[in-house]
Amino acid sequence: MPVSKDRLTHLKRLEAESIHIIREVAAEFKNPVMLYSIGKDSSVMLHLTMKAFYPSKPPFPLMHVDTTWKFREMISFRDETAKRLGLDLIVHTNPDGKRDNINPFTHGSSVYTNVMKTEALKQALTAHGFDAAFGGARRDEEKSRAKERIFSFRTATHAWDPKNQRPELWKLYNSRVRPGESIRVFPLSNWTELDIWQYILLENIPIVPLYFAKERPVVERNGQLLMVDDERMPIASGETIENRLIRFRTLGCYPLTAAIESPAATLPEIVREMLLARTSERSGRLIDHDDSASMEKKKKEGYF
Amino acid sequence: MSALESLDVSAFTEYLARHEKKSLLRFLTCGSVDDGKSTLIGRLLYDTKLLFEDQLASLEKDSKKHGTVGEDIDFALLVDGLEAEREQGITIDVAYRFFATDKRKFIVADTPGHEQYTRNMATGASNSDLAVILVDSRYGILTQTRRHSFIASLLGIRHVVLAVNKIDLAGYSEDVFNRIVAEYKAFAADFGFHTFQPIPLSARFGDNVLERGPNMPWYTGPTLVEHLETVDIEQDLVAKPFRMPVQWVNRPNLDFRGFSGTIASGLVRPGDAVVVAKSGRSSTVKAIVTHNGDLPEAGAGEAVTITLNDEIDISRGDVLTAPDNRPEVSDQFAAHLIWMADEPLYPGRPYLIKLGTKLVPGQVTEIKHKIDVNTFSELAAKTLALNEVAVVNFALSEAIAFDPYCEHHDTGAFIVIDRISNLTVGAGMVDFGLRRASNIHWQALDVTKESRAAAKQQKPVVLWFTGLSGSGKSTIANLVERRLHSLDRHTFTLDGDNVRHGLNKDLGFSDADRVENIRRVAETAKLFVDAGLIVLVSFISPFRSERQLARELLEDGEFVEIFVNTPLDVAEARDPKGLYKKAREGKIQNFTGISSPYEAPENPELTLDTTAYTSEELADQIVAWLDKREYFGAGSIFGDYSI
Repeated sequence: MPVSKDRLTHLKRLEAESIHIIREVAAEFKNPVMLYSIGKDSSVMLHLTMKAFYPSKPPFPLMHVDTTWKFREMISFRDETAKRLGLDLIVHTNPDGKRDNINPFTHGSSVYTNVMKTEALKQALTAHGFDAAFGGARRDEEKSRAKERIFSFRTATHAWDPKNQRPELWKLYNSRVRPGESIRVFPLSNWTELDIWQYILLENIPIVPLYFAKERPVVERNGQLLMVDDERMPIASGETIENRLIRFRTLGCYPLTAAIESPAATLPEIVREMLLARTSERSGRLIDHDDSASMEKKKKEGYF
Repeated sequence: MSALESLDVSAFTEYLARHEKKSLLRFLTCGSVDDGKSTLIGRLLYDTKLLFEDQLASLEKDSKKHGTVGEDIDFALLVDGLEAEREQGITIDVAYRFFATDKRKFIVADTPGHEQYTRNMATGASNSDLAVILVDSRYGILTQTRRHSFIASLLGIRHVVLAVNKIDLAGYSEDVFNRIVAEYKAFAADFGFHTFQPIPLSARFGDNVLERGPNMPWYTGPTLVEHLETVDIEQDLVAKPFRMPVQWVNRPNLDFRGFSGTIASGLVRPGDAVVVAKSGRSSTVKAIVTHNGDLPEAGAGEAVTITLNDEIDISRGDVLTAPDNRPEVSDQFAAHLIWMADEPLYPGRPYLIKLGTKLVPGQVTEIKHKIDVNTFSELAAKTLALNEVAVVNFALSEAIAFDPYCEHHDTGAFIVIDRISNLTVGAGMVDFGLRRASNIHWQALDVTKESRAAAKQQKPVVLWFTGLSGSGKSTIANLVERRLHSLDRHTFTLDGDNVRHGLNKDLGFSDADRVENIRRVAETAKLFVDAGLIVLVSFISPFRSERQLARELLEDGEFVEIFVNTPLDVAEARDPKGLYKKAREGKIQNFTGISSPYEAPENPELTLDTTAYTSEELADQIVAWLDKREYFGAGSIFGDYSI
């Protein structure tokens, strides 16, 4: 039988690479966990994980760091997904932050992100003694991510030192850690936003309905559209809540995630809109905007 | 992409279906500082419309703040990601970029030109199909151009583009271009590149990047993007013999036992005969199982789960292989090695080797020669420093399956991991297996270690005294041996100074010789343990790695590490042989504690405090410790003896 030249498409190559990475982690670490953020990237990562171990179940739990400010549709999607796939799901909220009612409105996005995301994540990783944690980050998202390793070493205090990362060659990942130290693993490192969408389309992967256009209640603030997901959202005088046809390109905490006006209600429409778009994905994320090195700072502190 | 706007949704779905079928080219860019690598990648992203409005806005803002090209957009700022390197204006780590054209999708490894970060180039090259080597038209071929071409060749890259950049600053001169190409070809002739495409270009102004531009009518070759889109990188991995390193044994229930892994080369179909490379056991493929259903065949690069028709013993690290063309199986091989750590490589020091999915202890037994990456000449060496490349022999603690790297990258590449720091310290490429290992078989002996020990009524053990010079090691060891002798126990002492008069008289005090010194002593101690003796080893043995090596040569309970903990100032004040004085005066090089490090044990079985107890008291403590753990047989030999 003649062998065709380009046997594998770029998506097949990416899929195989991710599955290889996920299996390496299961084989070499004692206590891994998959950070599940409910977004489209997490949906793809989870789908690849199901493929990696089929017919077995993934030999590690999912964990969601719940800031209490996620969109309600995200939380119900999360619980349905874990149930549908029969997976263990750990949910952690920073008890100190909950007690002090840390929120993005009164404390600002920087304090809030630090307490409810970064600190919460570190608490959970330490409490469970996880030695590896999968994350769905991609190198094309942001400049400091472009230099991230697939196996990213973290000290016992969960810190990332960009100047002291292990060289990473071929498919040979170094999983050696001392007690307390850990590795963050990024199996989607080489995927782009377009790859993610094409793969969701190709594999028919379920995603949170917020990605699809629908009439939803929003206020316009500093030129960005924020969805009013519950009654905790303070509405300033002069602001009005109106229903607009919107959707989200990226999902996080609802007060920190801007919507876009869009009629795209199907996957092909979303991909088409993305290809025509002239604004990059993370611009809907308010936490990156402080200055262009802010993601690097957060990563050094232990943020994903 | 404006054509997209005119597509309705069904036409767009077809467009997507076409684009799902693109192939992928992974390449790296390398060159010296200021050759314009980052500018070139920024230009590729810009010209292929991968920049978004907000990224452009941020780029314009940053260009004013950090830029080096006046009022123009500085494309380099787009890709120089980390704060530190933006301040220094150099790229210090490998960064990965993504872009696509209608024909292909590309992943670019942007690797630094700065001298001390050469290891990053090897990292980028390890996963690349092609290298774009940049030179500045004004300076032509530099030392680093030669180095980067050599590393690309070493890592098995078969396709090279010579990007003669900043040709605008050389007046778009054909002569300049031809001279640089000729000079390059002269030294790169032996590198085994399958395709070589020189292109004159200006990353800053875009000539011959995506579009040809009006400035070089004399150039008739492809633009950079045209070449990247069409170069044939097919290595025909599927035409090679089947190999699959087993990553994970898939066992959801008693009825299913599959072997998960990524196929390194070749094709496999149900019914094919396969062999486990190391054990030689064979079976046939029952099914190729995936989440999307069983496959009629799978080939190189696919991640699958294979089930077999026979129950044979297979675990992670085994390699499933075609029966008629198997990998080599040996515990020794020759390899090219790139050293990537500040701490040098020492022959004899134990490291971990990860090859395929197998992790095994191993050591370099010999550095055949170093290779000067600038002149490509061969040099003698006893150690390897950061960024050095050498041909070495490796010995592993067990036989594993491997192929020559030039034939199979996935089963011929390995990394070297430091056992103490856990850092990845080296990257290696197997050249060929060494046959010695399979020809020297163990001689089975009828009188065993156990029978010899039983005759002596003792458990053989190594008492390993480590500590600074003058800490009291030899004094205490001598007292312990006298006590054991008076108890009719069979002992022997290996003393650091004495052994250096005989067995190790060819060794000096460099770090490399210290490693070999300890290796020989550890092996000798092991022979005495096999003879049933209690062996007292009194050596400074400053490095944790070598003490660990000694521990691992022996079985559990046969190695007792005794840390003679005397602070440096106390040892120096005692200075029984006057050595500290000489070291301070600079008359002794590499003196432990003064000009060479001492790594204190982290978990010794015994720590002796020589500032609180006399040598006699400490010797008694050791004998009591051994008695309590029944090294002299069951029950205390001392009755109610206590200290």
